[in-house]
Amino acid sequence: MIPTTYFVMLSAVLFTIGVVGVLIRRNALVVFMSIELMLNSANLALVAFAQARQDVGGQVLVFFVIVVAAAEVAVGLALLVAIFHTKRTTNIDEISTLRG
Amino acid sequence: MELVVFIITAVIAITGAIAMLLSKNAVHSALFLLLNFAAIAVLYLLLRAPFLFAVQLIVYAGAIIVLFLFVVMLLGAERSEDDHDLLANWQRPLALGLAAALVVEAGYVLFRSRTLAVMSPTSDDLFAEPEKIAAALFTKYLLPFEITGFILLAAVAGVVVLHMQSQQTSSQA
Repeated sequence: MIPTTYFVMLSAVLFTIGVVGVLIRRNALVVFMSIELMLNSANLALVAFAQARQDVGGQVLVFFVIVVAAAEVAVGLALLVAIFHTKRTTNIDEISTLRG
Repeated sequence: MELVVFIITAVIAITGAIAMLLSKNAVHSALFLLLNFAAIAVLYLLLRAPFLFAVQLIVYAGAIIVLFLFVVMLLGAERSEDDHDLLANWQRPLALGLAAALVVEAGYVLFRSRTLAVMSPTSDDLFAEPEKIAAALFTKYLLPFEITGFILLAAVAGVVVLHMQSQQTSSQA
């Protein structure tokens, strides 16, 4: 069996790549994809720990995370489409109406 | 043998993630994200989680990626950031430096942690059979499971309301 540490390390690397995506990309769609990547890396760590502890609860938690992520993607993309209809852009620097 | 599979899959996952970051075209980004999700599904198999393997492929690689591709193509936003994709010159190195600090910090915590060192993976293949996950979902975790139903219902209602509002604004304009 592969040591749990390897999986957790891979998960940390993937999470960091997701953080970099949120920080350096300006396209709202790609920022959104990076958030999905971060959710996935957290899921990977959860499954690795569930395997190490032989506990089904970790996998049930991953199942719930996937359900919430699916709902979040549906609502978030609907928001993006609505914003695009009024602003004609997906650049997050130009969508700053709420900024004080 | 399993280690070889793990290394190959991990390299594919990281490559997919980095390529998603770097590709200018949002359609390519979505497809590289699909590659990453598929690699993670294989890692779930290595972790003896067949149920999550199937769910990952169906929900992430199937539904979510299709939704992303659909919206990218609907908006025609593939290349909308060619010119102003780049941040100000000092921001990008700062972001990369902060990310490097984050991964170093995570690694430090990981290798300092005593509980993780104690954990040794056992090779009991059957602890997470789909039957056992279903039994846990419908007994111990029944209330959260019901709540996910409400979350999905709320998401459906939210999407419909958002769509109606955007239709109204576009007909007014």
